[in-house]
Amino acid sequence: MSTQKNFEEPSYLEYKGKYKGIFSWILSTDHKRIAILYLFSLLTFFAIGATLGLLMKLELIAPGKTIMTAQTYNAFFTLHGIIMIFAVVIPGLPAVFGNFLLPIMIGAKDVAFPRLNLLSWYFYVTGVTLVLISQFTGQGPPDTGWTFYAPYSFRTTGNMLPAVFGAFVLGFSSILTGLNFLVTIHRMRAPGMTWLKMPLFPWTLYATGWVQLLATPIIGITLLMIIAERTLHIGFFDPTLGGDPLLYQHLFWTYSHPAVYIMILPAMGAISEIIPTFCHKTIFGYKFIVASSIAIAFVGYFIWGHHMFTSGMSGTAEYIFSLLTFIVAIPSAIKVFNWIATMHKASIDLQTPFYWAVGFLFVFMIGGFSGLILGSLATDIHLHNTHFVVAHFHFIVFGGTGFAFFGAMHYWFPKITGKMYDSRWANTGLIIFFAGFITLYGEMFFLGMKGMPRRYYDYDEIFHTGNIFSSLGAIVMYFGLAVIIINLISSLRNGAKAPSDPWGGKTLEWTIPSPPPVENFEEIPVITKGPYNYK
Amino acid sequence: MSTILVTHRDDLASKTGMWLFLFTEMLLFGGLFIVYSVYRYRNPVAFHLAAQELSVFIGTINTIILLISSTTIAMSITAIQKNNKKLALLLLGITVILGLAFLVNKYFEWGEHIKEHIYPGSSILALRGHGDVLFYGLYFFMTGLHALHIIIGLVFILVIATSILRDKINSENYVLLENSGLYWHLVDLIWIFLFPLFYLIT
Repeated sequence: MSTQKNFEEPSYLEYKGKYKGIFSWILSTDHKRIAILYLFSLLTFFAIGATLGLLMKLELIAPGKTIMTAQTYNAFFTLHGIIMIFAVVIPGLPAVFGNFLLPIMIGAKDVAFPRLNLLSWYFYVTGVTLVLISQFTGQGPPDTGWTFYAPYSFRTTGNMLPAVFGAFVLGFSSILTGLNFLVTIHRMRAPGMTWLKMPLFPWTLYATGWVQLLATPIIGITLLMIIAERTLHIGFFDPTLGGDPLLYQHLFWTYSHPAVYIMILPAMGAISEIIPTFCHKTIFGYKFIVASSIAIAFVGYFIWGHHMFTSGMSGTAEYIFSLLTFIVAIPSAIKVFNWIATMHKASIDLQTPFYWAVGFLFVFMIGGFSGLILGSLATDIHLHNTHFVVAHFHFIVFGGTGFAFFGAMHYWFPKITGKMYDSRWANTGLIIFFAGFITLYGEMFFLGMKGMPRRYYDYDEIFHTGNIFSSLGAIVMYFGLAVIIINLISSLRNGAKAPSDPWGGKTLEWTIPSPPPVENFEEIPVITKGPYNYK
Repeated sequence: MSTILVTHRDDLASKTGMWLFLFTEMLLFGGLFIVYSVYRYRNPVAFHLAAQELSVFIGTINTIILLISSTTIAMSITAIQKNNKKLALLLLGITVILGLAFLVNKYFEWGEHIKEHIYPGSSILALRGHGDVLFYGLYFFMTGLHALHIIIGLVFILVIATSILRDKINSENYVLLENSGLYWHLVDLIWIFLFPLFYLIT
């Protein structure tokens, strides 16, 4: 937009509604304020989870007991897992950037159910609070790992009930967010915005919404069964009562594998927004990206068995799960080709969000290829339950979703806050973070191939050198994160005022002022062109 | 400024949201149906014999009660469409009474089992073998979860009834009543599956 219109309306940051002070935030039903609530709570939990991770890496810097006992280490990786999975990467992009941008990108004033949206945030905070309560009450913190595998989860003396119920409540929050987005996308697109004129971030949120809706209830009921097993001794998964612990694993991964697509799909959506903007070019193969998002969501339901190749399954089941695992890699690869083709012959504006997107591509591909190594039956037998799995998982989930999250944060920061950040410090932070990341997790691939098992606080002397590298990487990465976050926070105060379209983006959020006015649009726009129209 | 954020109404959106929510409920019970089928497949004889001990009579009565209650709530929607507030409230009242009757039956049914020391964790039940433990474990858990849904549905209907009293729900705006009807039908539908699984297949 060439001339910025003089809006009568105050921005969402100024307009407080009926309440004052903190209540103007925690009782607001404005999707933008709820997104900020999510952002701050999520970053707090992320800081807790990252600190636990750092402490675990410090424990592993030398064999034997370094700074904590075996039991503390077990409690730490359990809490690190629960917080990072259920409270950070699953809600991550949808709850923060989805909430803020989905209505704006499709030309709506809010989500379909604003009050339900606020309720989801309350569920979210309640869930995490329950998980944290489990640490300080009862007979010691949970020590099962975030997977709550039966039968240990109902035999351990650790305080499982609040943690398991907390995860259940977090699932509820996720379902309600997904439901809200699905209805919003179906009912509230601006006039003229046909399905194939919708930007890609909303498209991936749409695919994610279906996974949240159709997969999360399975973990809900499974966690309820664990609770019933602990309190009533029903026997669902208890072999002494005739139950089958393997059935728990099946039910658990029936949700938890699709859950990784809840994490990665919106990340792919954010990357699909960043790349065309900084290439000043229409995205290559828009329809293929749309179709591959839906394909990932669909095929993602049928591959949970690859988490259980060593648990005991029929050979036929293993072949099928392995084959399907390879098939799900195809739509992800299609996306990578599309992103790279978009960059081809483009005049690229090298800004911080674009660097994050490139970093994403790099780590996502390493994570993806190592996933195929784990998805093939023979190599999985060797690598199962080693640090190789930990490395793969962190490359995909922290590398994929985390990089996309920080990329999205640097991309939409001017829109959300109305301030520009210092890009030199942002780039410095990224470089430090990236170097730490590769040292920390890259080394784990080698440790895993040499046979270092996961989930132990101790290891054999032959793994020592690798672990020193890995732990030093953790310190560097933690420091890089601090630089990134501090830079963004100080930009809130000192940053220059952001124009409505600092990057030359073409989607709807760049047509309104930064920060957006309360009702987003003065007039609901009428859409006539596709989302990335750079002609 | 005070007119900012005018809430706008979209009944189709509300109903779509409700349908999506019902999908999640079906999948919630779907997980249990899978567990049921696995253990039934592994313990065919024990499940067969244990199912014969349940009272088909009470089960049938409860099925009829729920089916009638689904009819009455559907009729109350038609009544409100025709602006007949009294009839709508009466029909909702009947629905609530039928729902309570279902719970009372369930209470006596459960009471009988518990008197015979058949409940999860009972050492007497454990002596009867794994198949019986699993059958009754699933029976109590699934009918219990279903009963919880009945209670939630009843609360939902009572809230709707007060909104009708205060004319918040009327012939112009009755989507909330429709949604509570949808929820109640789902609770009914799940029972239609639970009833044969536990009482009839012997």
